[in-house]
Amino acid sequence: MNGDLLTVTDLKKHFIVGHRGIVAREPITVKAVDGVSFAVREGETFGLVGESGSGKSTVAYTVVGMYRPTAGDIAFRGESLYEKGGKRRSDLRKEIQIVFQDPGSSLNPRRTIKDIVGFPLRLYGSDGNLQTRVRELLQMVELPEDYMYKYPQMLGGGEKQMVAIARALATDPSFVILDEPTSALDVSIQAKIINLLLRLQREFNLSYLFITHDLSLMRNVASRVAIMYLGKICEVAEAAEFFRNPYHPYTQMLLSSIPVVSEEEEELKPKRITSRGEIPSPVNVPSGCSFHPRCSQCGDTCSADDPVMVEVEPGHVVRCHKFA
Amino acid sequence: MENDLLLDIRDLHVVFDVFGGTLKVLDGVDFTVRSGEKVGLVGETGCGKTTTMKAVLRVLPMPPARVTGGEIYFKGRDILQMTSRELGRVRGEGMAMIFQDPTTALNPVFTIGTQLEAAVKYSAAREKRLPRKQIRERAVAALKEVALPDPERLLKNYPFQLSGGMRQRVCIAMAVAGDRKLIIADEPGTSLDVSIQDQILRLLRGLTDKLNTSIVLITHTLGVVRELADRVYVMYAGNMVEVAPTRELFSQPLHPYTVGLMAAVPKLTGGGIADGIPGRIPDYLNPPTGCRFHPRCDRSMPMCTQEKPRFVNMGGDHQVACFLYTQGEEGASRP
Repeated sequence: MNGDLLTVTDLKKHFIVGHRGIVAREPITVKAVDGVSFAVREGETFGLVGESGSGKSTVAYTVVGMYRPTAGDIAFRGESLYEKGGKRRSDLRKEIQIVFQDPGSSLNPRRTIKDIVGFPLRLYGSDGNLQTRVRELLQMVELPEDYMYKYPQMLGGGEKQMVAIARALATDPSFVILDEPTSALDVSIQAKIINLLLRLQREFNLSYLFITHDLSLMRNVASRVAIMYLGKICEVAEAAEFFRNPYHPYTQMLLSSIPVVSEEEEELKPKRITSRGEIPSPVNVPSGCSFHPRCSQCGDTCSADDPVMVEVEPGHVVRCHKFA
Repeated sequence: MENDLLLDIRDLHVVFDVFGGTLKVLDGVDFTVRSGEKVGLVGETGCGKTTTMKAVLRVLPMPPARVTGGEIYFKGRDILQMTSRELGRVRGEGMAMIFQDPTTALNPVFTIGTQLEAAVKYSAAREKRLPRKQIRERAVAALKEVALPDPERLLKNYPFQLSGGMRQRVCIAMAVAGDRKLIIADEPGTSLDVSIQDQILRLLRGLTDKLNTSIVLITHTLGVVRELADRVYVMYAGNMVEVAPTRELFSQPLHPYTVGLMAAVPKLTGGGIADGIPGRIPDYLNPPTGCRFHPRCDRSMPMCTQEKPRFVNMGGDHQVACFLYTQGEEGASRP
């Protein structure tokens, strides 16, 4: 496992959302993440795509430590993030940071930018002057220094997201989770943020776990892509391969649904596949392969058995009975 | 040709009176929809897309909003001059709006049936005073039209019992149920997943073709208009900056804003993303003089700061509001 920075092994996160029955109270569980394994290499951008409700954000929150996993393990540089007894190790917290989707609600409206960006510094104890470090961080994300004394509501959406990025970088992490960092922003601002993130990645040798539902954006930022459906990964491949040669019917369906702006892109979309149905509720996951009710190539085995991951080509794995 | 126009907005000005000044939001908007045409309206957040369309339906909150100039003709009659009685009739017979968020567009305490039947009742059918049974039949037919299963049962359901995609289909059913002439769809797929958005767009395209309804599709996603629209308007800070047939706009954008916007869209073919457009949308309290785009434009000239560019015809249906293309240098500057 050389070069793997973060390894997630058979991660499960189940939520109990209620109970059914009066005498024998049986819990109703939502299997938000149900056996997800992947590895993020040093310095790469690992993309995680999927529709809403597929469990991508739950993966992110579990990795960053907001949720405790139901089962499975997360290892950072080969060491488990959890001690014996399930307590999360505190010394690795600095290394893993997160940028949330909506900068409007992830920044405290009653604190100045200086307080917001400086908070992780005070928390983890920084060497040197706090003011100088905050100034450096703002420079890093291309914001003017005097923003230090502003409040979040005085900033535009893109600028707020830059502050959130500065805060994430404050502890000098090596791994940053980007949970839909631009989906609340307009395209012209999105372009700016993405290019900033790519520049920071090169400068500080950061590894990203990039979560988005925008496949076109994913094509341009990720080095490898995994696609999730109802808490499970369906397909993982190198980005170029993933878009040129998608195997899983779900990947093909999503790709064919993307609205594009040019003829060349139209060429890339899988033909003859039209999207149908909707993502079912994660409380009642369909039997067998959870995608089978929406699949255009569904066979007999699909509704009975859950397929396993198969490596179809080196580095390209698919979880579908067609390739078993 | 003139008679062909279903909706004709001329030089519309809308301001909002707020504490501390007047927000000059719409600054001379010209916009037309021909009958049976699918028109796209793209622009970034806060550029006035929704304000324009709300002005058409006359549902802008007044105050703070105030129309300070311009006319809106629907089938040759000025909507802004109508009495509320006439307006009610025009809305019922003529127009329907589909909102971005189907969850808030439907009333949570009434059944789908009640809401859909009301939409039928106050539509073109109102004059005929249809009996209840027929209204119900039409409602069922509308639900079938939008490919929803088991419509009879669905009429008894409440909105919370439906998924997001189904709710949006119900909203579309409400819009098509009354044989309306114009459907205004405000970001109909934005709050939904791509696979569902694709279904909704295909549905809208199919229905409008079949019923020969005109549609205005408001969106900030360029790809979406390319899928659906015949003709696209690009809006920036309360002005229309460019209008062209869809194919032409995407193959040959002219206005610097359109060009920048196109470049900023991530492409499926890869190759990175251009750096976007510097700066942000202007403050409507003190909008820039002249062309409102000039502070962010990389090709701005001295005259851009003084004078407001008007639409210049570039042949076909292609019009652009930019001094780069005004007479004299027209031939030279067209890329």
